[in-house]
Amino acid sequence: MILEPTTLKRIVRSVLSTCPDEIGCDECFEQLDRFVELKLAGKNAAEAMPLVQDHLDRCPDCREEFEALLAVLRYMT
Amino acid sequence: MTEERSNQEWLDALRSPEPDEALAELRTLLVRGLRYALADRFNVTEDDLEDFAQNALLRILDNLHTFRGESRFTTWAHKIAVRVAFTELRRRRWQEVSLQDLIARYDDGDFTPAALTNHTAGPERRTTQRLMLETIQRIIAEELTERQRQAMTAVMMGGMPLEEVARRMGTNRNALYKLLHDARQHLKKRLLAEGLTPQEVLAAFEG
Repeated sequence: MILEPTTLKRIVRSVLSTCPDEIGCDECFEQLDRFVELKLAGKNAAEAMPLVQDHLDRCPDCREEFEALLAVLRYMT
Repeated sequence: MTEERSNQEWLDALRSPEPDEALAELRTLLVRGLRYALADRFNVTEDDLEDFAQNALLRILDNLHTFRGESRFTTWAHKIAVRVAFTELRRRRWQEVSLQDLIARYDDGDFTPAALTNHTAGPERRTTQRLMLETIQRIIAEELTERQRQAMTAVMMGGMPLEEVARRMGTNRNALYKLLHDARQHLKKRLLAEGLTPQEVLAAFEG
């Protein structure tokens, strides 16, 4: 098995950037609607809700849903 | 019109003895949103969109008491519909893949990154890369539980969604994230204790 350097670097980056106060998927989901609305309003959502942004940076499932939700609301409003 | 209802009006209408009109409006809204969200991504039929919206509607009604009013009601509802749709689409996409088969692809003992097969790298650099990799492998073997290793391999190497890994491991997505978080914390502590700084490790595999 050949592990691509990009995968290896991604793993190492993710390990070394680990923080003790990360939130989980449930907490991110609870706050996602507010986060998306801040984003749509042109506010700095990442600064207002840094733990949500951090989770979205780390969790591919939540990030995929966030991007879809953002797209829906951009289209609907 | 749907978009003009206030949050309270949505809640009142959906909780009223005659919620049909509000339900129909919300359902239409969810289908429209999902159609847009999923248009270019997956092989999704109109029947799928209807099913996702219907399932989302049931979940929304079951969870009305959890809506905290921190966003528009419709944003909250779309959030739930997106979760419902992606959960099902991920299940379909990965249904033929077993966790054991996926892990086996990355677990045959030869953990050589492609960088090490690049003979244009100088011998000194390749030695550094090899030593660093051996250290990381040893730490992974020593620090992580079997479940943590399985989850990390499936998610970070195999690209399987957390939700699907969680389903196969008999847990849920949130608990799996916590499991991976604990694993990352252990690895970080040990890497730093071994004197490996982030810059050092990443620089060794640049280029």
